[in-house]
Amino acid sequence: MGRYIARRLLMTIPVLIGATLLIFTIVYALPGDPVRALAGDRPLTPAAQAAIRDEYNLNDPLLIQYLKYLGGLLQGDLGQDFSGRPVSETITQRLPITVRLAVLAVVIEVIIGVIAGVLAGIRRNSYMDNLVLVSTTLVVSIPVFVLAFLAQYVFGLRFGWFPIAGLSEGFRSYILPAFVLAALSLAYVARLTRTSIAENLRQDYVRTAKAKGLKPSVVVGKHTLRNSLIPVVTFVGADLASLMAGAIVTETVFNIPGLGRAVFESVQRQEGFVIVGIVTVFVFFYITFNLVVDILYAVIDPRIRYD
Amino acid sequence: MRNSARKASLAAITALALALAACGGDDDDEGGDTGSGDSGDGDTGEATGGEFSTYIGEPENPLIPGNTNETEGGQIVDSLFTGLVTYNSDTYEMEFNGVAESIESDDQQTWTVTLKDGWTFHDGSPVTAESFVDAWNWTAYGPNGAGNSYFFANIEGYDELQGVVETDDEGNTEVVEEPSAEEMSGLEVVDERTFTVTLKDPFSIFPMTTGYTAFYPLPEAFFEDEEAFGRQPIGNGPFMANEEFVPGQGITLDRYEDYAGDDAAQADRVELRVYADENTGYTDVQAGNLDISDTLPVSAIGTGPDEWGDRWVESPRGDMTPLAFPTYDERYSDPRVRQAFAMAINREAITEAIFEGSRTPANSWASPVVEGYREDACEFNTFDPDRANELLDETDFDRSEPIDLWFNSGAGHDQWVEAVGNQLRDNLGISDYNLESLDFAEYLPLRDDQGMTGPYRAGWVMDYPHIQNFLEPLYSESALPPAGANDTYFTNEEFDSLISEANQADDPDEAVSLYQQAEDILCQEMPSTPLFYGVNQLVHTERVDNVTINAFSRIELQSVTVVE
Repeated sequence: MGRYIARRLLMTIPVLIGATLLIFTIVYALPGDPVRALAGDRPLTPAAQAAIRDEYNLNDPLLIQYLKYLGGLLQGDLGQDFSGRPVSETITQRLPITVRLAVLAVVIEVIIGVIAGVLAGIRRNSYMDNLVLVSTTLVVSIPVFVLAFLAQYVFGLRFGWFPIAGLSEGFRSYILPAFVLAALSLAYVARLTRTSIAENLRQDYVRTAKAKGLKPSVVVGKHTLRNSLIPVVTFVGADLASLMAGAIVTETVFNIPGLGRAVFESVQRQEGFVIVGIVTVFVFFYITFNLVVDILYAVIDPRIRYD
Repeated sequence: MRNSARKASLAAITALALALAACGGDDDDEGGDTGSGDSGDGDTGEATGGEFSTYIGEPENPLIPGNTNETEGGQIVDSLFTGLVTYNSDTYEMEFNGVAESIESDDQQTWTVTLKDGWTFHDGSPVTAESFVDAWNWTAYGPNGAGNSYFFANIEGYDELQGVVETDDEGNTEVVEEPSAEEMSGLEVVDERTFTVTLKDPFSIFPMTTGYTAFYPLPEAFFEDEEAFGRQPIGNGPFMANEEFVPGQGITLDRYEDYAGDDAAQADRVELRVYADENTGYTDVQAGNLDISDTLPVSAIGTGPDEWGDRWVESPRGDMTPLAFPTYDERYSDPRVRQAFAMAINREAITEAIFEGSRTPANSWASPVVEGYREDACEFNTFDPDRANELLDETDFDRSEPIDLWFNSGAGHDQWVEAVGNQLRDNLGISDYNLESLDFAEYLPLRDDQGMTGPYRAGWVMDYPHIQNFLEPLYSESALPPAGANDTYFTNEEFDSLISEANQADDPDEAVSLYQQAEDILCQEMPSTPLFYGVNQLVHTERVDNVTINAFSRIELQSVTVVE
């Protein structure tokens, strides 16, 4: 097990190098001149342009730019954005916010999703099953920003239960955006759990458990659920990473200064260092979560071994 | 491709937001009408205290005056600093309510600036002649890469601070020669409260230009740690920053108790809160979580005045949006073609139908707020399709070939440019038009590089309220790209000599009349045709009063009173 984890962790190094090079190339290939765009309709003197281009290595060819970046990276320097702020600072400032939002969203999606899935799965075609099916279909088909504005309008403006935007009220500020962020995945988790439970309930071991006279709650809770969770864990693990990266719309509508928004804004401004830095963080999380998921398999199902 | 997909999703978000905000608006009618507008008389005597919050977007640069030339950072910097002169927010005239006691010259070329006593920076250090001279030299010095450097280009010795830079076809730059000086020879400190400015050429309205952000003073603390200063500036204005600006969140400013000016801050504190989306800010004002927003969703604009009553504030914005012509393109080289285009556009129809009053139709190249503005500056800038066609018939313009219309994408220009295209097509009988839009990062270099193949969107926001600011920086030969903003590549000797004559005139009225004669040449040559002027619009809660927004699109935070 230990060797397996070590091997997997070593593999992150080439993946990270590949990812940064790829992103660097994409940013480099973006058309247009970000330095000129800084000044807008106003002129920018050649001397000032030269100074800025020089500071951000923009005069160098792609490979040199990348090597200079890697060189800085080895010394812990992630570069800076166009307002002179270090990228590392942007990440340390915004990462906790994004993690909080994503974790809360995952907690919501797992709790509600699994409960709804189990309730639907144990009695197929019941009222509960139909309710879950219809409501998840509805949620899946509504775009996130519609949900976001709707939630903001109903629970923020009309009822005033939650803040409309921003982080001024601490934990309460995260609830509404986390629900919106979780909504789509919640629907998937519910459906995955439902199918998985329904399938497992037909298995021999369940019949055996029932025949032994175990209570239905133990049959479902201890035996069926544990076996049904493997696809759900796979999904949630990957989802946690994509929730962090994909919260752009939610973060924008709810005015939450997280990493998703930072990436979006820096793509618009073609701030290469910021994009590469933050996306690398995303890649790192994605790899880590996948590793955790793989280890969790072994915990859930003792038959799986990694040696 | 990546870009267009993103833009499409943004457009979808906006569309939905409009629909939702519209529903939201209707329900709030009662709230708007009961607004109490006349509490607090706005008389500046004793500060009223209290705290309030206002909307800003993310600033694009460090908060250094020499580096700030966009609205969002400008709102913060202008609240923290006071320049040599100020501008009256009603009459837009220059006033000596800033740090300068006087700015005088005998020959319009060598100016003596005398400072008032008693002005201090927020760290307690005095505002001296050196505070200005050092700040201006820093901004002008090429290697510092300051965006506002070009404002000092008319001061003697500026060129020595630039060095020689070569730019290749791909926009890559190479410094061929380092600057030979770090200080402009035209700036000289006489004593603690006096300094002289020697210009390359006479410039009669020089004092008026010095109220702009680029000319603010800097304390010694700036030169010790530029980076820290850019996060938490130390200014000499009505508000001071006791904390750093946090990206994505904003900054809270406190009243500066030792402020030496007349327009001291009324409130104790103001929070400038960063928003990523104007719909969110607007909803927050509706719910009372934010006190002021001057960035409104399109959906709010038509119905806003009815809904908000006296909590809806409007004022003219000192800007002008022209449709510019590529005078370098053979198809548009004949001024009569350009004049015909100018007469074929119904500006009123566009401002009413598309902008719903958030723009006003333009006739003059200068904004109505500036000195020297004339209401009917040019006969060709009014809608007259018959005359337009007669004029176009005189030329060899080929109507059967479609025209290209250029604009920068993602900035809300799509609708009106399309309307202009429809009008040109229908009114002039041109076969069709193509909309060519590019991201700002691509659009600007192409525009600077004579790449426009048809009429294009341009824009200019004034730096100081004078007609000169709308003429010389945009249409003189010395303002050709890349150093200047004359992207139509219009050159006209008579225009240049009238401007230079006006710059030398010692009588202000004579100067204005000469500038107007230069504007008449634009009317005859038509390098661009004025389309509309902007209107500032903001909404605020009942908690605050005396909320004004000036022609520079800055909310005058110091005069806002908290009612509660």
